[in-house]
Amino acid sequence: MSKIASSSAEAVSDVPAGASILIGGFGICGMAHNLCRALSARADAGNFHLVSNAGGVDGWGVGLMFEKRQVRSIVASRVGPACRAYEEQALNGEIEVELSPQGTFAERIRAGGAGLGGFFTPTGAGTVVAEGKETRMIDGREHVFEAPIRADYAFVKAWKGDARGNLVYRMSARNFNPVMATAAGVTIAEVEEIAPVGDIAPESVHTPGIFVQRVVLGEDREKPVEIRTNRPRSGRGRS
Amino acid sequence: MALDRGDIARRAAMEVPRGGYVNLGLGIPTLVSNYIPEEWGVTIHSENGVLGVGPFPYEGEEDPDLLNASKETVTLLPGGSYFDSAESFAMIRGGHVDVTILGAMEAAANGDLANWAIPGRMISGMGGAMDLVVGARKVILAMEHVSRRGDPKIVEACSLPLTGRGVVDVIITDLALITVESGGLLLRELAPGVSEREVREKTAAPLRTAPDAREMFAAA
Repeated sequence: MSKIASSSAEAVSDVPAGASILIGGFGICGMAHNLCRALSARADAGNFHLVSNAGGVDGWGVGLMFEKRQVRSIVASRVGPACRAYEEQALNGEIEVELSPQGTFAERIRAGGAGLGGFFTPTGAGTVVAEGKETRMIDGREHVFEAPIRADYAFVKAWKGDARGNLVYRMSARNFNPVMATAAGVTIAEVEEIAPVGDIAPESVHTPGIFVQRVVLGEDREKPVEIRTNRPRSGRGRS
Repeated sequence: MALDRGDIARRAAMEVPRGGYVNLGLGIPTLVSNYIPEEWGVTIHSENGVLGVGPFPYEGEEDPDLLNASKETVTLLPGGSYFDSAESFAMIRGGHVDVTILGAMEAAANGDLANWAIPGRMISGMGGAMDLVVGARKVILAMEHVSRRGDPKIVEACSLPLTGRGVVDVIITDLALITVESGGLLLRELAPGVSEREVREKTAAPLRTAPDAREMFAAA
């Protein structure tokens, strides 16, 4: 049975109000903009609980969901000032924010997807992150217990996907997407290219199709750059 | 004369081991890569999932899918690789990254570090800093000796929310190089033209001077 959905709107049509959603991306790099946009267009749904490393930017990706005031809470490691709607709602308390160190954040999702009940990490020991959490000395070092994260849905962004749900990511747009794909009841992958089944070499599959329920070709495939940094071209040109 | 930001970065680069793996934080640490000679064979790790980060791309050659952890467009050097965030932090926490060079708001005599939050201000989050300070084999701070208001940033005990406890190994500032030892802070190098007295005046923690203390960048 093919996992290809006909549109982003169709792919997110059953996401209910109050759903928890993992959203991949480092900044907006590797973020499923079309899925976020389709969900932000649904007037009937909101109150979402997001797990996303970043808070998005104005007018793009998860930023669109903040602009529609659809978000009740977010777990993140660094949510920048790049999205005014997020900042405003976080400051006035409309959005509940839980900060988790980035490595802990990734591992909590990995644990959730791998069926583990959590883990002990030295990260955050002796800081506010450890407050209220169980600690244990392991090899003479204080470790903090961190709980797993799972969600109802995952919105991941891949480069190529096929009808079996196999995914390949491109460059650093991979980031949180592979772990998030493993940790949701329904994982929806937005891709730039639908590959015929068999075209992706089995050795090259990053996320095996078992983790993915739906694959959709993103409608708007323009990829903005948040911070453009360059080096000057030398007069001699490049060798 | 106090060092400029580039010189702080240049001194920090000298702490990077040949053939090592290094992760660079925001601000002055980002500049360190400019001072690591290619022949050292150093690999730059970026926690968003890149090993072998290269220089910024030429104009028109940016790829929106290839960023460093500061979300800047970068390039990948031959032999580089991409991986997911969980694997990236396995590299960090697992002790596979030799050195991390970070900025700081406060560093304490016991090696405590605060560099992510100021109460009462919009807090964007700790990102990967808390993992880096517990996981990297060596933690180096590259920072201004005092704040913009002139307050000492090297203190007896941090007042800001901590990033990590007892994690700092080396502090490199515009005035000095100081190491964190079990017995407290040890002044090892002075920036050219900077007096020991000035460093002590601008350091709010007990400071011992190493018997072999010398001028920074002086030929060995």
